[in-house]
Amino acid sequence: MTNKTIQDHAATAQTSRRGFLKGSAAVSGGLMVGVVLPVSGPVQAAGLLHTPSAWVHIADDNTITLISARAEMGQGVYTSMPMLIAEELNIDIQKVKVAFAPPGKVYGNALLFGLQLTGGSTSVREGYDKLRLAGAQVREMLVAAAANKWNVDPSTLKAVNGNVVGPKGQKATYGQLADDASRIPVPEKPAMKDPSQFRIVGKRMTRLDTPSKVNGTARFGLDVKLPGMLYASIEMSPVQGGVVKSHDATAAKAAKGVVNVVQLPEGVAVVADTYWHAVQARKLLSIQWDEGANANLSTAAMFDGTRAALASGVPIPHKKEGDADAAVASAGKVVRAEYRTQMASHAPMEPMNYTAMVDGDRVQLVGPTQWPDAVQGAVAKLLGVKIENVSVENTFLGGAFGRRIDFDYVLQAALIAKATPGRPVKLVWSRPDDMTHDFYRPLSVHQLAAAIGADGKPTAMTWRVASQSITGRAFGLPPEAPDGLMTEAATPLYAIPAIRQDVVKHDAGVRVGYWRAVSHNMNAFANESFIDECAAVAGKDPVAYRLSLLDAQPRMASVLRQVAAKSGWGTPALAGRFRGVALMEGYDTYMAQVAEVSMKDGAPVVHKVTVVADLGAMVNPDTVEAQIESSVIFGLSTALYSEITIAKGRVQQTNFDGFRVMRHNEAPQIDIVLVKSSEKPGGIGEPATALIGPAVANAVFAATGKRVRKMPLNAEALAQA
Amino acid sequence: MTIAFKINGKPVKAKSEPDTPLLWVIRDEVGLTGTKFGCGQALCGACTVHVDGQPVRSCSTPLALVANKQVSTVEGLSKNNSHPLQKAWIKHDVPQCGYCQSGQLMSAAALLASNKNPSDEQIDAAMAGNICRCGTYVRVHAAIKTAAAEMRGAKA
Repeated sequence: MTNKTIQDHAATAQTSRRGFLKGSAAVSGGLMVGVVLPVSGPVQAAGLLHTPSAWVHIADDNTITLISARAEMGQGVYTSMPMLIAEELNIDIQKVKVAFAPPGKVYGNALLFGLQLTGGSTSVREGYDKLRLAGAQVREMLVAAAANKWNVDPSTLKAVNGNVVGPKGQKATYGQLADDASRIPVPEKPAMKDPSQFRIVGKRMTRLDTPSKVNGTARFGLDVKLPGMLYASIEMSPVQGGVVKSHDATAAKAAKGVVNVVQLPEGVAVVADTYWHAVQARKLLSIQWDEGANANLSTAAMFDGTRAALASGVPIPHKKEGDADAAVASAGKVVRAEYRTQMASHAPMEPMNYTAMVDGDRVQLVGPTQWPDAVQGAVAKLLGVKIENVSVENTFLGGAFGRRIDFDYVLQAALIAKATPGRPVKLVWSRPDDMTHDFYRPLSVHQLAAAIGADGKPTAMTWRVASQSITGRAFGLPPEAPDGLMTEAATPLYAIPAIRQDVVKHDAGVRVGYWRAVSHNMNAFANESFIDECAAVAGKDPVAYRLSLLDAQPRMASVLRQVAAKSGWGTPALAGRFRGVALMEGYDTYMAQVAEVSMKDGAPVVHKVTVVADLGAMVNPDTVEAQIESSVIFGLSTALYSEITIAKGRVQQTNFDGFRVMRHNEAPQIDIVLVKSSEKPGGIGEPATALIGPAVANAVFAATGKRVRKMPLNAEALAQA
Repeated sequence: MTIAFKINGKPVKAKSEPDTPLLWVIRDEVGLTGTKFGCGQALCGACTVHVDGQPVRSCSTPLALVANKQVSTVEGLSKNNSHPLQKAWIKHDVPQCGYCQSGQLMSAAALLASNKNPSDEQIDAAMAGNICRCGTYVRVHAAIKTAAAEMRGAKA
């Protein structure tokens, strides 16, 4: 009976997410043929599915499924993408189902070279017009289908709340019209609402994924279960870049439940009937490693090499106006400073995992990724199968922050599954696997200098950074080519008559990855600390000084004035509290922050953060606020506490004890003001991450007179400052 | 050999080895996947469940320790989101990626089971073991207060 009970539980947990639904085969809309629609919602449509557009699936029973072509990793696209479609489709957003897109060209991201990639705070910016257009197109197709059916002029019909209605009381649900609508050519220029008519976009909306995330039914990669599934755990080289020289799996193979042991270049995987059996057997492996070129790597050597590259490397020009070098060389008053930022791990709460099955020449992939079409192509190439034979089903991502742009763990799962044919295999990394085999935020060293004029304002600035090119590693960008992802927000918005900026690419040894806000983090830390230093040399208030340099930047100046007012800048803070300010334009969003800190045991405690953001038009203001809260906390972890260090080629932090992140009791009050704006939408998933570091550093200066020029801003850094 | 215990009120006899962490028994044998794996070392709280009403880290609790005990998981709060904490989580739109939220909810449920009017400091203390990389702490905090108010019978 107990087995039955267990099976009942298992059935309950699994019935809600069974299988795939086949779209209504050949679609004449011309957008998509024979699409396979993964259904991740709790209820499936009972009727036949019709697909008037790649973005909209309508079943006979009027169940409407909208597609999110972006991965949901917490940032809210599972809600904001459907909101954009539903706005013009005139349906109740709370009643729609949402599915993640399979790989497909139509789902490419125009802001990221057409790749089906979620990142760069692009989802709303890229989808804002496109998805509303898609909704309007389908609405007009449904209206046209009704007009044909009733033999009336389409202009006499209205699409309202999931129905098309006519002047004589005719009424048909979208479900009743969807089959006919699917055969109607897609209109190129359907009528679109004026923003003043929006009833969904720009309104606070409860997230559509929240109900499933408070009762355990949301399906993450870790939760994937396929019939006959096996589990894998992999022992990887302790040094990045190292490979297996040889291994002895005799003991592991004899352990309970073990089905297979698979050697990959970078490690050895144990495949077993349960995850725990795989983990236990993995401990019995004996592996000899070729640790490779990084065997003696250390953080100190990485910083030394990067700093040395500032002088010895080849600078790639970024910006040049006037002769800044000459101006700085001849100036009477010069401010010079060097800033360092540390390596960091993404450390999403869900460790890397992926499920793969190889059955003959067909491959089934299920799991969390920010980049499904790349996963599909890379696995096809790796296993030597046709790309159309590789299916990819995305799940919810238990955090990503850029980590799941890389798909090393997917390739591992595919290779392990190939060696275990006919059985689905779920590869699950442990937390130490995850933390020691990340693609880390690269360390960086900046050197800045400014000539200060008689009025205290900078007359010239020189600026150079040495850091590692992520895009060189991830996309093969040539070493001599400018890397836009190293120069984000590099040029300050301040009026500085002469400026010279350049970048030195230096490979410090470890593999690097896109980490929430990418180079905004390093550049904003340097720039916003530096302008504060200039203000101090000029003897000016940090806000007033910045404002005096922002005459040509009215949006930025307005945001700065608002953050000063909201934070009480210029009024006395509570006893022992001190404020610091920072600002930036990034992802088309103008933002300023004020951090309020006190000092305890030689380190800052952050009590309150005030954020003002002008990000243009918004889709879901509640999600915008949540993303700002999220980014501030994420940024604070790295600003205050966490750092990845290397010794003898090994990452020293293996879990959340060594890699300290912000906890509930440490979280500050966060006050947010969103500027009402009809400018084009800006991104909001990342920018606040980059500003909290310099805001806190500037508050620490206000509190202590110490200028801390490296992160994390901990007691050790303060003692050295 | 099996180990008997109750999960969300239902009896089970688990066949896993006695030293298997409860987390993997719940997820892979019982099949309740709401409880998550985050760190494996009782550092992050994603795997929090109740054993006889007390919050424990199931990743570091051997199966043998729960013999004949009552285990409850996030699925035991309610399936229809009717628990005051689930309602408050929805009202405040707490989850982002959502992965840690089962553990957050179970830690909060343990707190409110013994204290229906927790202070800010008591909430901080009860929730400090649950990491959220999305940084939902501010909303978690507010939602606990809302749920506590409902459980006291007060207006939220």
